[in-house]
Parts: sequence; structure tokens; C-alpha cells
Amino acid sequence: MVSAAFAFLLLSGFVFAAVNGTMADVNTALFQSMELSIQLALSLAGVILFWTGVMKTAEAAGLVRSLAAIVQPILRRLFPDIPHSHPVFGLIASNMAANFFGLGNAATPIGLRAMRELRQLNGDKDSASRSMITFLALNTAGVTLIPTTVIAIGLKHGATNPADIILPAFLATVLSACFAIVIDRHYARKRSG
Amino acid sequence: MAVWLIPVIIAFVIAAGVYRKVNIYETLTDGAKEGLHTWIAIVPHLVIMMAAVAVFRASGAAAWLASLFAPVTSLFGIPSEVVPLAIIRPISGSATLAMLDQIMREFGADSYIAKLAAVMQGSTDTTLYVLAIYFGAAGIKKTGDALKIGLLADAAAFISAVFAVTWLL
Repeated sequence: MVSAAFAFLLLSGFVFAAVNGTMADVNTALFQSMELSIQLALSLAGVILFWTGVMKTAEAAGLVRSLAAIVQPILRRLFPDIPHSHPVFGLIASNMAANFFGLGNAATPIGLRAMRELRQLNGDKDSASRSMITFLALNTAGVTLIPTTVIAIGLKHGATNPADIILPAFLATVLSACFAIVIDRHYARKRSG
Repeated sequence: MAVWLIPVIIAFVIAAGVYRKVNIYETLTDGAKEGLHTWIAIVPHLVIMMAAVAVFRASGAAAWLASLFAPVTSLFGIPSEVVPLAIIRPISGSATLAMLDQIMREFGADSYIAKLAAVMQGSTDTTLYVLAIYFGAAGIKKTGDALKIGLLADAAAFISAVFAVTWLL
């Protein structure tokens, strides 16, 4: 899928340039991009290193665990198919808490363990269960506290206040997560007829 | 208000670490080392995707694609320049980081288009990639409504982003 996206962007660009006579611009942009991409990468390096350090500290101080403990009771309502005392709730809560703090590296292995547990609970081993679909709907809606890379790009381009996107981004992500829960319920009801 | 948020979060984390007797200097530097690995893993994706995005944009294909959607997006007050970003976002986060970089260079980091693109990028995830990894690891072949729900939620985030940027910025 990523290959298809890459091929689409590149090939449609070349075809368009051939038809529109913008091949000279494309050549310049192509070679400029190789320098600009390294500049972009360098402008992101510091923020990724520093923020991962801060969030690792948050994890060591037990903040990820505290947040997971807070969301766990809410999760029982969202996953009616899972037995109430099942340990997979802990994994799902930890995955969401780690994602919230921007700890993608920590969130993914926990999330994959949660998926395997959900598969154990599922009668059909080939098809996604309702709980899996709910879990991934929450996961891809992606509630994140601070979109640090986006702030760093704003800073690089001289934004007056690059941090001002935090609140709108948080609002948008919360709204989309709520919407994901609603349509997930809708489809679950449709499936059960 | 927003300028307080990051210092407050950092101060809170550090204070919690000190209170819980965590060796904070070690966790900070260990985390930074992990961040370094993350960064190294991202760089090749940025270089490769940035080339495709640059060709797509410089050729005029991006503007053409945007103009196709302009009649629809203008109804909602959405600048059509963000349409390519919205389409590629669920597939490749590196490609859309490159697009965000270009939008900020072209329109200025304080422009409405740049702020909207930034909020769109920051409030969504690489849905297709996440689904592929999670279902792949669990060995699930029939993924049901997961993709539909994920993409609809992304669309909801993009529309929410328009309202959030208009109201809060």
C-alpha cells in the first residue's frame, strides 16, 4: 500500500510534468527534495530524542500506569464481549496510555499482545472480532497529548507560536475518537442484525 | 495558554520522577537513546517519500488533484491544498510530514492552510499501517469493518480539524 502511494505520487507527477511542460521544475524539485528531506530530518532529531526521554521518564515515574488505571473502568463498557476480569483490559489500557504519551515504541508491542489475547477469546481464528475492531478503532483514532514532530516543523518554518496547534489537534483527535466509538457501535449492531 | 502546556507537562513529569525517586537523568538519556533509534528508522522514509511528494507537487499534479476537490471543499470552507495530505495520511506518515513541510514553506507557517494541515497531521494516525501490523501479528485474515471505521474516523478528524482551527486559533 505504501508502495502504491509512492508509485502514484512519483509516476503521476512525471506524467503530469510531461503533459504540462513542467519537467524542468520537477528536476529541480527532485534534487532539492533530497537536501530538504535531510534538513527536515535534522530539524526533527532533537525533538524526537528529547521528547522520548521525557516520556520514558513519565513511564518510569508510573504516569503511564496511572493513566491506564483511569481508563480501564471505561473500557469495560466499550468491550462488552470481554469477561470483566480478563487481563487483556490491562494491555489495552496500557497501549492507549502509551500512545497518549507518544510512546509509540512501547505502545506497539503491548498492542500486539492485546491482539493475540483477543484472538484467544475469539471463536473464529481468521476473522476480526467485535473487540478487535473496537480496539483498532480507538487505536487509529490516535489520541495523543502533544504532536511534537508537527510542532518542530512549525518552528523550523518560523511559526510565531508553533505550540498553538496542541489544543485544536487534541480537540480534533478526541472528537474523532468519539466518532469512531459511535460508528463502531453502529456497525457492531448491524452485524448482529 | 498553549505556551504553558509543554513546560507544565515537562515540569510535572520531572517532579513526578523526583517524587517517585526515579533516576531521572538516566531515564531521560535512555529515552533519548531510544528516540535516536526511532529517528534513524524514520530518515530513509523521509528521504524517499520527500522525493515523490516533491515531484507530485512541482509537476502541478498536486494542484490539479486539489482543484478536482475544490468545488466540494469550498462548500465547507476547507482550502483544497490540504486534500492530497488528507488522502495520503492513512497510508504514509512520512509522505504527509513531507507535504506539511512543503505547505509551510509555500504558504508560511502562520497561514490558515499551514495550521490546518498541521492539526490534520497531528490528530490522525497512519490507519492502514496500524491495521496491517496489528491484524498481521494476530494472524487475522478477514478484517471486517475495521478499515471502514478507521478511515471514517480519519475523515471525522479532518473535519473536526477545520472547526478546531477556526474556533481555537
